[in-house]
Formats: sequence, structure tokens, C-alpha cells
Amino acid sequence: MTSNAIDSRGAEQSASPLSRPGSGGRDEPRPDGAGDGGRSGGSTTPATKPNRARVGAVRPLGIGVVTLWLSVIVLLPLAALTAAAFSEGWAGFWEAITAPAAIAALWVTVLVSAIVAVINAVTGTLIAWVLVRDDFRGKRFVNAIIDLPFALPTIVASIVLLSLYGPNSPIDVQLNATRWGLIVALLFVTLPFVVRSVQPVLIEADREVEEAAASLGASSWTTFRRVVLPTLAPAILSGTGLAFARAIGEYGSVVLIGGNIPRETQVASQYIQQQIEIDRPVNAAAVSVALLAIAFATLLLLRVVASRTQRREERDA
Amino acid sequence: MITVTAARKHYGSFLALDDVDIDIPSGSLTALLGPSGSGKSTLLRAIAGLEGLDGGTVTIDGRDVTAEPPQRRGIGFVFQHYAAFKHMTVRDNVAFGLTIRKRPKAEIAKKVDDLLEIVGLDGFQHRYPAQLSGGQRQRMALARALAVDPQVLLLDEPFGALDAKVRTDLRQWLRRLHDEVHVTTVLVTHDQEEALDVADRIAVLNHGRIEQVGDPVTLYERPANDFVMGFLGSVASLGGQLVRPHDIVLERDHAAALALDAKVADSPGVITATVERVVPLGFEVRVDLRADSGERFAAQITRRDAAELGLREGETIHARATSRSTVVDHDPALAI
Ligand SMILES: Nc1ncnc2c1ncn2[C@@H]1O[C@H](COP(=O)(O)OP(=O)(O)OP(=O)(O)O)[C@@H](O)[C@H]1O
Ligand SMILES: [Mg+2]
Repeated sequence: MTSNAIDSRGAEQSASPLSRPGSGGRDEPRPDGAGDGGRSGGSTTPATKPNRARVGAVRPLGIGVVTLWLSVIVLLPLAALTAAAFSEGWAGFWEAITAPAAIAALWVTVLVSAIVAVINAVTGTLIAWVLVRDDFRGKRFVNAIIDLPFALPTIVASIVLLSLYGPNSPIDVQLNATRWGLIVALLFVTLPFVVRSVQPVLIEADREVEEAAASLGASSWTTFRRVVLPTLAPAILSGTGLAFARAIGEYGSVVLIGGNIPRETQVASQYIQQQIEIDRPVNAAAVSVALLAIAFATLLLLRVVASRTQRREERDA
Repeated sequence: MITVTAARKHYGSFLALDDVDIDIPSGSLTALLGPSGSGKSTLLRAIAGLEGLDGGTVTIDGRDVTAEPPQRRGIGFVFQHYAAFKHMTVRDNVAFGLTIRKRPKAEIAKKVDDLLEIVGLDGFQHRYPAQLSGGQRQRMALARALAVDPQVLLLDEPFGALDAKVRTDLRQWLRRLHDEVHVTTVLVTHDQEEALDVADRIAVLNHGRIEQVGDPVTLYERPANDFVMGFLGSVASLGGQLVRPHDIVLERDHAAALALDAKVADSPGVITATVERVVPLGFEVRVDLRADSGERFAAQITRRDAAELGLREGETIHARATSRSTVVDHDPALAI
């Protein structure tokens, strides 16, 4: 809120051909600046203390449960994984991660996932737009079906795709054992992420803002690009990030259609599976740690971008 | 000059505009006044092209724009809830219309600076809309609409979301602004006081129809029907006719009341009533009365007259309309 430091009084006093409405920036309640100060100050005033104490009573227990749960479910396995990856020391880890097959698998994974994420960003936004703004018969059905690829067991998805795009393809499109096959499979399972994160934002979007842009002479495309898209961007980004994170770890849906060809279509999860099978747990763990790092970095980036746009817009109630 | 001819608009089976005809003279500030749901916004949005018509035409300065989209109508539109571009600074908001027209940077900068000064927001260029108060946001929206030099400025309850004090300040400021820039302006409001305060012409709408168009004095003093009369001020029903409460005279002496009444051609006559309540309203006093017929009405008299009469609750008094009063025959079909 540093920009609030501009002195409104100083600005109010400068000359103008018209006298100002007396209200200027002073009499009116300002929900942002004043409220912010009040909020942060409020936490230390005595008036709010009893309230905090009451809430605080459940705190140690609550924190304990959450910490324990996260430790058992998330942190411990991750720690064990990391320990396994480094069980032969840094050199062992480095050797495992720089093995040509490992690098190839990671590269294929990231490349394919990035393509999938970008396609999702565009088509997901489009689908959300159509579902929110257009009226057509069967809209509710289409809306319900969006989640299906996500809810379906991924191996079922794999079989579905293989029967459509496999060697006996009824439409004569054979994608099995190609990167396109991987992309199609990943697009299938990541379909809902962008749609479902953009949809609510679009429903809530103020149509008058678009009408204002139109009244100022903006074409539909200009309005979309300069007015609508910036408000959708955080939602698109977060949906895209989730789709990407999901895609890099996907196994079930790509296992049949991908073909598991090293350096071509073998993704990291398949490489890990393969290394376990040939009894190379360090290799498996090392690549897993790499996947973990990529996923974590993605989520971290999302958080940073999200909080930055939020701080900038600071919508009031 | 805006001319709307035989404008008709349905929402499903509901008729929101029923053959509306209206001329809005160039350079005027016209208010569209009417109760909620009377079709004010629909008419304004039809002029803007934000709402299509089922029938009728809209011309702006002689150009038939009925088939034109809002982008090509040469309008500026201000919304009740500001419709600010939240991700842009105040400067970028105001510059929007010029930026998309790809005007030279220097020209844009100068125009935006001028406008921000006019609306009193210089020094706020780099803020985001969320960092402004409601009144400031609306002034930003006004500057944004004026930036494209619109032929007509359309405002849909622009002060509706603001508190009473800011509202009166801003509307008087708008009036002064209009006197400076002279852009043909149409203002939608459901607040008769606001319409009387700022507009030089008022169109009263009801049920998708225009009841009367005229200057504020004409509408107040010579309302076309009891709807217009009721909407532009308080009314009392006196012997089946509507009069303004401040046009009622109270007399203790029945004969004096009758003698005065004989001079009035078209008055409802003298009504004998019982004083139910005397309410001081500052300069004036409201007297709640019940006629012998059982009909209740209120008279508004000055403090001094009230003191002279020495009214007390339960007393009997004689009421009549003054000679110059506004009187409209009550037509139940037109009741609000
Ligand atoms: N999009 C719409 N769909 C259906 N009915 C509508 C729509 N917009 C307006 N209406 C109806 O048309 C009528 C006129 O609406 P309009 O918005 O013009 O009223 P208004 O005079 O502006 O009222 P207010 O003062 O409440 O804004 C209302 O009865 C409203 O219910
Ligand atoms: Mg309205």
C-alpha cells in the first residue's frame, strides 16, 4: 500500500477551473487505506484481545494436529524419498540424475507438460467462456462432463484413448507411442483445471466493465484483451499451473498410449517405474526428487504471481 | 440532439419500453425520472446501443444510429457502480478510449491531465481504482467518458451508490461541469430532488411510458396527471383532488374559509377535519388531519401560521386549497 502515501490533501488543493465537490478525498470513508491501518493496528488493541484469546484456546491443539498430519502424510515420505535419493551421497544422486535416460525422461515430461499447459490455458479459457456466456441446449450436460476425465481412473482414460487412437483406431488416427499420444492423454486428464478455475471468476465478472469499454469504442477483441483477460489472468495462471503440476506426475493415462520408448515418449514416471523394476532405487528416488522440485517450483511461482496481482488490485467489499 | 421514436422493448413477455418518443435538445441536461422498474435504464441503454430495441429508432445529431453498436455512437456512458478497470491506474482508465484509438502519446497525456484536473483528481494518476473513494471513482469514470469527446453523455444513476452528502455535492458539481462543457447529457435517476436540482428538462417515466416531459417548474406546477404530481413532490388528497400539502390553508372560522373559497374556480371546496397530530419540521409544521368523510391528509403550514392558529390535537379545523394551488383530478387508473 505504499502508493497510498501520496498525500491526498496536497492533491486536493491544487487549482482547477471548477471548484471541487467538498467531499474530495477527505470526508468519504476510504475502505482501503484507512481500513488497512485499522486492521493491522487492531490486532494489538485491547478491545480485540479477549476475542483472540478465545480463538487461541484451540490453537495449540489445532496446530499440533495439522503439523502431525502434514508430517505423516506429506513431509515424512518426502524426507524418506530425499534420503533415499542421497543414500549414495551427492555423487550418487548426481550420477543418477545426469544419466542420459533420466535427463531424456525429465525433458520429455517437462516439454510435453508445458505444451499441455499452454494448450489448456487457451482451450480451458475458451470452454469456460462458452459455458458462462453462451446459452445452448445441453449446456448443463457439457458442464457436468468437464470433470469426468478427472474423476475417471486414469488407467481407464488410457484404455479409452488407446481404443480411439491406438493401432485399431476406428477413426484411423494412430497416436500410440508418439509424443502426440502423450499430449492427447495429458490434455484429457487435465481438462478441468483451467475451466474450473476460470469459470467462477467469469461468472462474478462485472459485465458493465465490458460495456464501459464498448462505449469507449473498444471492439470485442480489444475489450477481451485489455479488460477481460487481465482480470482472468490470475485464474488462468493458477489453472494452468495446476494442470502442469498434474501433467508432470501423470502415469496411469500415459502408460498404455505412450509406448514407453526411451528418449521419445518415456516420461519421468515411467522411468521411475522402470528403475524400480530393475532394482535401481537410487535412480528412481533421484528422478522423483527432481519431479518434486519442479512441482514445488511451479506452485511457488503461482503463489508469488497470485499474491502480487491480488495486492495490486486490492478489491474492496 | 437525441431523438427516440416509437422505441419498444420486450423482456420476454414483459414490455419494458412502450412506444417511447422523446427529443433531447443539444446541450441540455435531461433527467429521466421514474420509479424503480419504469424503464429508465432500458431507455438510456437503448440510446447507448447497449440494449437493442424491438422497434423504433434512435438518432443522434441527425444520424440514425439504431443499427450501430455502442462503439460507433459517439457516446460516453457512466454506470452506477463505476465500472472501473480495476487493473489499470486512474491515468490508464481515463486514457483508455484514446489509447485504443492509437492517438499520439503527447496528446493523450495532455488530454488526461486536463480531464483529471477538471474532475479534481490531479495527483491521483498513479492510484488504482480500489485506492479511491466512491465519489472519486465516479469522477474518474466521468473523466474516462469525457476523454473521447462524446456527442452525448449518458449517466445511469451515477450517484446512486454514494452517501447523501457526497451525492448532493457531486450533482451540483456535475451541473457546473455541464455548464462548462455543454455536452448533451442524459441522467437517469429515481430521486425527484436530484432531477429538480440538476436538470433543465425532466422526462417522467412510468411503466415503460413517458408521462410528461418539461422543465422542472412546469412539471412541478402543471403536472399532466396525478402520477407526475405524486412523483415530483408530496401530495395530499383533498376532497377527491390532489393538492400540494403546502397549498392547503387552515382556518378556524368556517365562514371565512367559505368566503375565500368562493374566489377559487376549480377548488375542492372547504373540508372540515379533525387535527390528529402536529409535527414540527423546522421552518414548517405538518398537520395530520382526518376529514369528516374519514379521509386522511396532511397540510404543511409555516411555523408562524401554526402559532397564530394555536392548533391542538383533537380540534376541528377547516381546510381548503389556496387560490394558486396545483390541482389534479385523481384518476385511480394512474395511481402509483
Ligand atoms: N435483462 C433483463 N431481463 C429481463 N427483464 C429486465 C431486464 N432488464 C430490465 N428488465 C425489466 O425491465 C423493467 C425496466 O427495467 P429498467 O432497468 O429499465 O428499470 P429502471 O427504471 O432503470 O429501474 P431502477 O430504478 O430500479 O434501475 C424492469 O421491470 C425490469 O425487471
Ligand atoms: Mg436502472
